Amino acid sequence: MATKKQNTQVITPEMAKIPAGPLEKKWTNYKDHQKLVNPANKRRLDIIVVGTGLAGASAAASLAEMGFNVLNFCIQDSPRRAHSIAAQGGINAAKNYQNDGDSVYRLYYDTIKGGDYRAREANVYRLAEVSNNIIDQCVAQGVPFAREYGGLLDNRSFGGAQVSRTFYAKGQTGQQLLLGAYSALSRQIGKGKVKMYTRYEMLDIVMIKDENGEERARGIIARNLVTGRIERFFAHAVVIGSGGYGNTFFLSTNAMASNGSAAMQMYRHGAYFANPCYAQIHPTCIPKHGDFQSKLTLMSESLRNDGRIWVPKKLEDAKKLQAGEIKGRDIPEEDRDYYLERRYPAFGNLVPRDVASRAAKERCDKGYGVNNTGLAVFLDFSDAIQRLGKDVVAQKYGNLFQMYEKIVDENPYENPMMIFPAIHYTMGGIWVDYELQTSVKGLFCIGEANFSDHGANRLGASALMQGLADGYFVLPYTIQNYLSDQIGVPRMSTDLPEFAEAEKKVQEKIDRLMKIQGKRSVDSIHKELGLIMWDFVGMGRTAEGLKTAIEKIDAIKKEFWTNVYIPGEAGTLNNELEKALRLSDFIEIGRLMAVDALNREESCGGHFREEYQTEEGEALRQDDKFSYVSCWKYTGEDSEPELIKEPLDYEFTERKTRNYKA
Amino acid sequence: MWLKDSSIGRKFIMSITGLFLVLFLLFHGSMNICLVIDDLFGTAGYNWICEMLGANWYAIIGTLVLALGVVVHFCYAFYLTIQNRRARGNDRYAIEARQEGVDWASKNMLVLGIIVIGFLCLHFYNMWWKMQFAELTGIHTSMFDPADGSAIVKALFTDGWCGIIYCLLYIVWLVALWFHLSHGIWSALHTLGWSNLIWLKRIKVIGTIFATLTVGLFMVVDVYFLGVNICSMIG
Amino acid sequence: MDNYINIKVRVWRQAGPKAQGHFETYELNHIFQGASFLEMIDILNEQLIAEHKDPIAFDHDCREGICGMCSMYVNGHPHGPDSAITTCQLHMRKFHDGETITVEPWRSRAFPVIKDLMVDRQAYDKIMQAGGFVSVNTGGVPDANAIAIPKPVADEAMDAASCIGCGACAAACKNGSAMLFVAAKVSQLALLPQGKIEAATRAKNMLAKMDELGFGNCTNTGACAAECPKSVSLANIARLNREYLCAKFKD
Repeated sequence: MATKKQNTQVITPEMAKIPAGPLEKKWTNYKDHQKLVNPANKRRLDIIVVGTGLAGASAAASLAEMGFNVLNFCIQDSPRRAHSIAAQGGINAAKNYQNDGDSVYRLYYDTIKGGDYRAREANVYRLAEVSNNIIDQCVAQGVPFAREYGGLLDNRSFGGAQVSRTFYAKGQTGQQLLLGAYSALSRQIGKGKVKMYTRYEMLDIVMIKDENGEERARGIIARNLVTGRIERFFAHAVVIGSGGYGNTFFLSTNAMASNGSAAMQMYRHGAYFANPCYAQIHPTCIPKHGDFQSKLTLMSESLRNDGRIWVPKKLEDAKKLQAGEIKGRDIPEEDRDYYLERRYPAFGNLVPRDVASRAAKERCDKGYGVNNTGLAVFLDFSDAIQRLGKDVVAQKYGNLFQMYEKIVDENPYENPMMIFPAIHYTMGGIWVDYELQTSVKGLFCIGEANFSDHGANRLGASALMQGLADGYFVLPYTIQNYLSDQIGVPRMSTDLPEFAEAEKKVQEKIDRLMKIQGKRSVDSIHKELGLIMWDFVGMGRTAEGLKTAIEKIDAIKKEFWTNVYIPGEAGTLNNELEKALRLSDFIEIGRLMAVDALNREESCGGHFREEYQTEEGEALRQDDKFSYVSCWKYTGEDSEPELIKEPLDYEFTERKTRNYKA
Repeated sequence: MWLKDSSIGRKFIMSITGLFLVLFLLFHGSMNICLVIDDLFGTAGYNWICEMLGANWYAIIGTLVLALGVVVHFCYAFYLTIQNRRARGNDRYAIEARQEGVDWASKNMLVLGIIVIGFLCLHFYNMWWKMQFAELTGIHTSMFDPADGSAIVKALFTDGWCGIIYCLLYIVWLVALWFHLSHGIWSALHTLGWSNLIWLKRIKVIGTIFATLTVGLFMVVDVYFLGVNICSMIG
Repeated sequence: MDNYINIKVRVWRQAGPKAQGHFETYELNHIFQGASFLEMIDILNEQLIAEHKDPIAFDHDCREGICGMCSMYVNGHPHGPDSAITTCQLHMRKFHDGETITVEPWRSRAFPVIKDLMVDRQAYDKIMQAGGFVSVNTGGVPDANAIAIPKPVADEAMDAASCIGCGACAAACKNGSAMLFVAAKVSQLALLPQGKIEAATRAKNMLAKMDELGFGNCTNTGACAAECPKSVSLANIARLNREYLCAKFKD
């Protein structure tokens, strides 16, 4: 056995398959030299795509258009319901239609800077490069982007950028882009090139050894959520686009069924989990209002274009607001503290999300919160209404204002909105190489589920860009480099012992859960986990807090496996069983997040360790020690994961301290 | 055949036959107004029009086309309703609330249509049987000369208590017809595609005006004779 | 101001697609009016689980009113007694203390019940597969600004495109017709130059699929548009009619 020395395994750029050459040539070079699969062979190859969000649906459609046979899975009743649909604000692209000096390089630079220099240069540059194709593709599909009176596409600004490069479709950009991908997918389903499985949940990946004894992903085990039956599916390659794991926190802006189980299944088969601690807290969500609350609702970042964020200057005003004695509009202009404009004059209200969230927390921690829980700040449109008129504001943000009013029962045209940060997106995810292949052969990971492009923090309107980039323009190419070796592999029977074994394991886990018959409901345990995550692995983390979190999560794990109660039968529709299976993985992810956060002794992007901050309270990176991707390798159910590092050597870009002040 | 097998095709037939019947009603209503004018000024406009239409081949063809319109409209209505009830499924909602902005008539077109058809039979017996049919066949069923339609109408509506009941029955019929038309006209135009965001509101108004005008013409005659009858009864 | 209320919830329970369904009434006390309707159902389910009873199966996901998954017929309205929202955006402040709230699944032949309040809406996907797309493959498309589209046209297409495919239109329709759903997609793509090329075949194919799947005939009652959580206009149906009739007469 190897002794425990400090020689952790390292992933080199070659292992990550990053092409050589100058930054702007890498992707072109790659495409010029990659291996392709000819049309006749494509027909003989099956690909499983799990997930129908922007990444999954676009990948499934594009692969089917090329001629591959695709099996596509989703847990909802229709592929159109994936949570990408809820993205509001927009999608970035370096079109420079506004003539404000935008370029591929600038989008690349903003993205890598916004990510606090914790992303791979080559990946981010490729993302910026294909961003323009995405807009073209979506327009061709009939996505009704907002237009100017001249008939050309309109743009707006988003956090972390000084140009207007965000394309949008009202406050429903994610919906329109997803429906575009869904329509492309529908077309392929209609043609029979994609076989769609709705209300199916993947429960494991099936690995089969090739003739060289190397394990390859060859299929999945999935549960039919309506009948409860466990089924087996074969494919030559498996692509996972299952989204992020933000629901570890119970309360997040994710959909109720969003989960990290697919990621954990990959992880258990040897795929590295990269940077699990990078979770994005979105600054503009509707504040929490009760213990019964099931989720948090996001208000688009685009609101920060015209809305101004403030808290009272005087503590006594804040006290009165908290007691409900006065309203926001009662506080005179001179007694308002527009703290983002004060602290970050250059970017003002449009600082990146992590910065805005922490600033809100800082004010609320000091007692300046503006609602009854003291956990809210104002987002005020009175200036914009005066400047532009109520009609223009209503046209721009009407649906968001309506949503706010329905939930909070207060008119945001008259009284400033109240907002507070909430978990929104996870930058961390399954490690993939430049080809989006995980460390497991034949297993690919796309969209939010992978770790690749956002570093430690994602800029607004970049998630849609990444999801579609992976699905339309990256994976369909790179997967061929893998599949070109697989053309001789015949379709395998799902009666093989590997399939039977995988199914048996899944069945055993379900049986074990059903047998517990304890006293606690799944949600009650999940809420407990969420509180621990928010308190200790949330916006401000400390070594001590993280250690406490790990202990508490271990206790929750024990509680879950001994005291959860699942009603009903396993062999039928059973929502509680579905939730329990997901929670069992959230507990593991929560722990992994804490372990990773504890390891990363620096503050960067969405990861803020209170020990590492400047005197002004800004994040303090430790580039000399932590300029790497933390890749966690599974070592067994009850043993600590192994850390593998992928160093991030910045060849083309100079790393600076992020500065949004000037 | 798409006019039978597709839902829009079926609706197209309903619209076309419906609009055709509306046009006929408008003509018929205008013609009826002559009854009032004749009665007030002693002219013979109504009978003159009757004579024009008279008993010739054109009239027979016209009548047959009209009858065909009614029959097709009627048959399709039942066909659609049966299909629609089946599409609704076996389980009904326990509670169905009214939606704001949805006309009552639009959800009860079949019932209104049946009322209209029912009265149409009565109308046939009262009028058409005694006028055009009698003239065509030569079978005289009443004491009046079939050519003197004006007299037939007047006799029916001003026949004391019986006349009042007839007038009231016709009013019920006209009200049902108004409701049927208030939805039917704009709905037909909508089905033919003559609508958009702006015209949607306009055609609803146009439909209501048309319905009111058409029904109004009949109503004037009815109310006039009701008045005449009551006056003569009183004294 | 939001207060706490006590309510009774009368819910349709049906064990499976073929099982006989029935209503069951549950009492719920101390419900905060600021809670969403689905949060109230969550609380009810927690109560049922605590009593070791089968929780109510219902569809829900994003809880932001956009995914179109939630589908409850509350007090005689799809998505309940509030305008322009989905069930997940319905709040308990719309109900008063002591009220009995009746909750039913969508009822339409093309949407069979799976369990309790959960229905199968794959019919909508099938209609989309029949033609709800522009036939372009990935790559090889012109620049996004190559075709200018007048803003009013783009805006109208966007309004039609905002359909979330929840099925409220067919659920509200006394004829069980899916015309508003089909019309929204046909309209969106017929308005835009990208989709105009296939507009005729799209209208024909999508409508034929709708008819085939057992949806009813539209009689323009307008209940669909009145209940649509995204306020998709009835005018779209006229455009579908126009597209369809023109296509058929050209044939």
